[in-house]
Amino acid sequence: MLRRRALLTTSASLLAAPAILRAQTVQQLTFYYPVAVGGPLAAIIDGYCKAYQQETGVAVDAVYAGDYSQTMIKAVTAIRGGTGPQFAVLLAAEMHSLQDQDILVSLDDIGLDPDARTWLNGFYPAFMANSHADGKTWSVPFQRSTAVFYYSKAAFQESGLDPDRFPTTWAALADTAAKLVKRDASGKVTRWGIKMAGDLGNAQWTFGALANQAEQRLMNDAGTEVYFNQPKTIEAMAFWRSLAETHHAAPDGVSNWSQLSPDFLEGNAAIIQHTTGNLTNLRDKAQFPFGVAGLAGKNSPHTVVGGGNIYFFHSATPAERQAALRFARWISAPERAADWSIRTGYIATSPAAYETPALKEYIAKFPAANVARTFLPVATGELSVHENQRVYKTLTDNIQACLNGSMTPAQAMSDAQGETDRILRPYKRA
Amino acid sequence: MRRETIHAYLLLLPALVLLVAFTHWPAIETLIDSLYATPHGGHPAPFVGFDNYTDLRDDPVFWQALRNNAIYAAATIPASIVLALLMALAVNGALPGRSALRLAYFLPTMLPMIAVANIWLFFYTPDYGLFDQVLGWFGGGRHNWLGDAATALPAMIAVAVWKEAGFFMIFYLAALQTMPTDLREAAALEGSSRWNYFRRVTLPLLMPTTLFVLVNAVINAFRVIDHIVVMTRGGPDNATTLLLYYIYETGFRFWDTATAATLTIVLLAILALTAWLQFGVLGRRVHYR
Repeated sequence: MLRRRALLTTSASLLAAPAILRAQTVQQLTFYYPVAVGGPLAAIIDGYCKAYQQETGVAVDAVYAGDYSQTMIKAVTAIRGGTGPQFAVLLAAEMHSLQDQDILVSLDDIGLDPDARTWLNGFYPAFMANSHADGKTWSVPFQRSTAVFYYSKAAFQESGLDPDRFPTTWAALADTAAKLVKRDASGKVTRWGIKMAGDLGNAQWTFGALANQAEQRLMNDAGTEVYFNQPKTIEAMAFWRSLAETHHAAPDGVSNWSQLSPDFLEGNAAIIQHTTGNLTNLRDKAQFPFGVAGLAGKNSPHTVVGGGNIYFFHSATPAERQAALRFARWISAPERAADWSIRTGYIATSPAAYETPALKEYIAKFPAANVARTFLPVATGELSVHENQRVYKTLTDNIQACLNGSMTPAQAMSDAQGETDRILRPYKRA
Repeated sequence: MRRETIHAYLLLLPALVLLVAFTHWPAIETLIDSLYATPHGGHPAPFVGFDNYTDLRDDPVFWQALRNNAIYAAATIPASIVLALLMALAVNGALPGRSALRLAYFLPTMLPMIAVANIWLFFYTPDYGLFDQVLGWFGGGRHNWLGDAATALPAMIAVAVWKEAGFFMIFYLAALQTMPTDLREAAALEGSSRWNYFRRVTLPLLMPTTLFVLVNAVINAFRVIDHIVVMTRGGPDNATTLLLYYIYETGFRFWDTATAATLTIVLLAILALTAWLQFGVLGRRVHYR
């Protein structure tokens, strides 16, 4: 009886609403998102969607689609097949290649009122670096990070190092990492000094930070040129290789991104280079005191930004695009950004988020949560060019060849440059 | 007569429609696509003739993928078949705990490849993974199984053999179970040794099964790449890139559809050739009862 009345009221209100309004009201949105770190991120995102539905009545279906490159593949495939999501969280650095695909709609084309423009100006400029092209804005910062070092204070103490002073130069870092190596009676290494990810999808990020540390940019703004064979880039590669070859502080060959956190938690690696988005996960799981430090540099600390932005697809109807944009505004609001930062470790995307009581209180209690943000001024943008995935693959193949000892740094970088020049030739002409 | 022919074709029709729609037509489409360039930004793709094929000839990664796949096939096919036969012989006889053993051998087959790959990821973890721990007891050092170009492909081969042998064992076991016992008795009366019996009687009678298993093993050597996706993504430096993985990467990561189509035609040609060899040459020598 009750249910029937409810049904009657609903249909009555539906009938009462003007037909045009009904057609424009989007009740259902779908987006894809990646998870690149440990911890219950999917549950957090589902929680936001539920809260949004309660607030606005719009059901947002968040689809976990794997890591960054898998999410990219799935989103593009689905859109080409005509069943894609209306928006997605994808690598911020994919802007040029998503434009190659011709599937994006810019925020300007969705429609930005003055209020929305103020909102866009509220983000950290470093996080908007990969969002502008052709005088338009193409994405909204969401899960943004910089690369940081996580280090075991216990291992520092055990090796006679001061756990509150983390090295800031390459030479000091290599020296510290070598001291952190622990061997058993037979000479077998039981703890490595440092590990950095060299697998496909992550090597270019690790390397982006290293190149910036040598004060070399890897590409131009238009994404049509790379600088892999510059002397400073080669120097960055040589430093990475030397950690294993010369200093014996890192294992030979390639270390996998997904293996770094378990290695660190197991005590198998004393220092790992990882995303700040992994902070809360490590805080919850580490059985030993650990510290967060900004990356070192050849002469002074430098790092790289990373992470994902929200992109909108022109396969969505105009009404859906606007609904998606409303959701993006809601989820990037200071309170949500602060909550997301607290629960993951990702850097909150706007200075306003750091003014919220929740985040202020959290940072006071857990100062490590503020480290990554203070390194934003020395962070560069992630490698971002046309045919991004192909260039990543080429660069990664050569990095891996070098890490495996089958190519010298100079050889590897010159090969990467040659192949990338070939890949980017059509875009340079245009 | 005519009526019967029509009947026959009508009966074949559903299967034929499915085959044409999902196998033959896509293959022909792919062949046509391989003669065009990748379309860009809404423009129709220009006809380029055999350019995609000559480009492929100059692509070092393609040759490496081909070489990797040849090694992978040459190792996984005989290893999984021999292992399957040995396991089937072991669990064929009367043996205490026989069904438990059969189950143990068959278990890897029941697991999805993705799950298998994740289990083996732990086995291969350097320093504290299963293999390094076990080797450590015997004084072995550290192995970066998947991160070292020298061991990555053998590591992938081991996973494939482990996964497949149990599946093939089932076919051998079924064949062994249906083998008439009077043959064994007759051979015993003649005073034939066990090895002689195996070589002269069992093995020839298993040939139809072996052909079937061989066909499957060859297909799997080119078709199953889930573990590559999960464990190495073709790395390090393409050391584990197999042909199908390279197709996936070119097609769906780089969206270079023309090259992907060309690679697909190469793969189809290889499979067609091996099928012809297997059924045409080997098939004639198989004795069916």
